[in-house]
Amino acid sequence: MNIIVPIKQVPDLVEELEVDSSGKSLDREWLKFKVNEFDDHALEEALLLKEDTGGTVTAIALDGDDIDKALFAAAAKGADRVVKITGVDGAPTNHQAAKAFANALSSLDYDLVFTGVQSVEDRDGQLGVLLAHYLNLPHISVVTGVSVSGSGVNVQKEYGGGVIAEFEAATPIVLGIQAARETPRYVPVAKVRRAMRSTEMEEMTAGDISVGAGAEIQRMFKPESSGSAEMLSGSAEEIASTLADIIKNKM
Amino acid sequence: MSNKIFVIAEHLNGQVEDITYEMIGKAKEIGGEVITVLLGSGAQNLAADFGSDKVLYVDDAQLANFNPEAYCKTIVQLCHAHAPNIVLVGNTSQGMDIAAGVSVACDMPLVAYASDVTADTITSQLYGGKMSVSSHVADGRFIAAILAGAFDTEAGKGSGASIETADAPDLTGLKIQFKQLVAPEGGDVDITTQDVLVSVGRGIQNEDNLEIVQALADKLGGALSSSRPIVDSKWLPKTRQVGKSGLKVKPKVYIAVGISGAPEHIEGMKDAECIIAINTDPNAPIFDYAHYGVTEDLFDVVPALTDKL
Ligand SMILES: Cc1cc2nc3c(=O)[nH]c(=O)nc-3n(C[C@H](O)[C@H](O)[C@H](O)COP(=O)(O)OP(=O)(O)OC[C@H]3O[C@@H](n4cnc5c(N)ncnc54)[C@H](O)[C@@H]3O)c2cc1C
Repeated sequence: MNIIVPIKQVPDLVEELEVDSSGKSLDREWLKFKVNEFDDHALEEALLLKEDTGGTVTAIALDGDDIDKALFAAAAKGADRVVKITGVDGAPTNHQAAKAFANALSSLDYDLVFTGVQSVEDRDGQLGVLLAHYLNLPHISVVTGVSVSGSGVNVQKEYGGGVIAEFEAATPIVLGIQAARETPRYVPVAKVRRAMRSTEMEEMTAGDISVGAGAEIQRMFKPESSGSAEMLSGSAEEIASTLADIIKNKM
Repeated sequence: MSNKIFVIAEHLNGQVEDITYEMIGKAKEIGGEVITVLLGSGAQNLAADFGSDKVLYVDDAQLANFNPEAYCKTIVQLCHAHAPNIVLVGNTSQGMDIAAGVSVACDMPLVAYASDVTADTITSQLYGGKMSVSSHVADGRFIAAILAGAFDTEAGKGSGASIETADAPDLTGLKIQFKQLVAPEGGDVDITTQDVLVSVGRGIQNEDNLEIVQALADKLGGALSSSRPIVDSKWLPKTRQVGKSGLKVKPKVYIAVGISGAPEHIEGMKDAECIIAINTDPNAPIFDYAHYGVTEDLFDVVPALTDKL
């Protein structure tokens, strides 16, 4: 199976997030970025499937903050090809990003597309489902297991309470990966550096990414804290005493 | 203009999911004609307590169980035929597969992670609940994917909705075929019946450190539960996971240790009687739901608390 994995950098939520002067988006100046954690799972599942059944894995991303490093890290983990899509400026909506990926995929050969099931910035919907519809392909999201079955794939989709729905699907298909079978592999920096020297970064242009008008952002703001939490301060010992009393009272 | 609102009903294993009623209640509040769309096979009885004005029911063997392709096709056809200006769908495992498809096929703006909706403005929770965004649609035509648990269920219940049936589109030759539902394996502990849960998140750093939280749970005679990443790392079994794709819990005391409070986690524990959150990040969304908050390092507070009990 030839698998394409679109990846994306997202703000690291460990950092303090601030709204910029427009009042409509994040202040990206001091932000730290990292690969969307679900994209890491998508890449891992793709690499495991390739190791099981052969084929290739291509990691593809829109040009942007630290994207070269993310793509070379994918190569270091085992991706055969890395592709950067240029010509999309600023922060595209997911509809626009999906259109750019759909354009790029039209000249690539693939059986499966694995996206991370969601990211922390999906205001206008999840990328994978949008991509599938621009490509006119079927799609399943919240996937926790994929295996090759005959000429297609067997796919496990997760619902609440851990209930799993099992589907048989023909390829090509787009799957939104929730969790890979294994914890996504770690790759040491030295190996990423080696990949930087030995891997060719392919480039494609985004093409026409015009999409229907979306809902317009009016305001971005930190959620008003409900203020209901009573914050306990003091030394760890003092806090522990207070907590112990609170808990004993509730039980 | 008067609204025509589609609410996409969700059901699993012959049970209507609460999100359906939550959305119907919200749609009634927005105002206009509220039409619940129900797809299934011999499932018309599921509509008995829908509080909408109307139910649009489509019956087909291929719709008996959720199938992303068949459901999307059918709902797109209904949207073309009835031209609702607002479509409400769950920001759920099923809803995610529908919302974007309808958005592309019907060229309707989509807003996901919606925690509130009016006739032209949608509020979303982004960045793991750390930011809210309000989006505006001037012509009041949009799809919103609604976070489960955001609205009251009772407001969406009622009786006397008129049921209209519609034909399914041609569903032969689907590329996706539903096979079966698999229930999760039973676990050693049922976290839904515990009075006290010590719930651990990624702040615990590694598997060995679980000892610290387990000791606290033991001391309290409670059980250990967790956020999803702990289960994905295989440090705890799936049956211990609290949240959207895990279990809903309502213990007397819920102690969240090193859990940020992403919307998917909050969904599973916000109704606990007393929520205590221990997290070094004062901006962690978990504090918006907690009754008591502590911003000290969990590695100091948790052992100290265990000692005090
Ligand atoms: C379809 C879908 C379904 C999902 N279902 C679920 C679900 O059922 N349940 C669920 O939980 N998640 C679910 N998720 C995942 C969810 O989006 C979050 O990724 C997850 O809840 C984050 O887990 P966490 O809070 O443990 O980790 P993080 O968000 O990484 O938070 C760790 C926290 O620990 C704090 N911390 C770090 N060190 C310390 C310290 N020394 N002392 C105190 N605090 C510390 C940090 O400040 C941080 O806030 C789902 C996601 C998807 C896409």
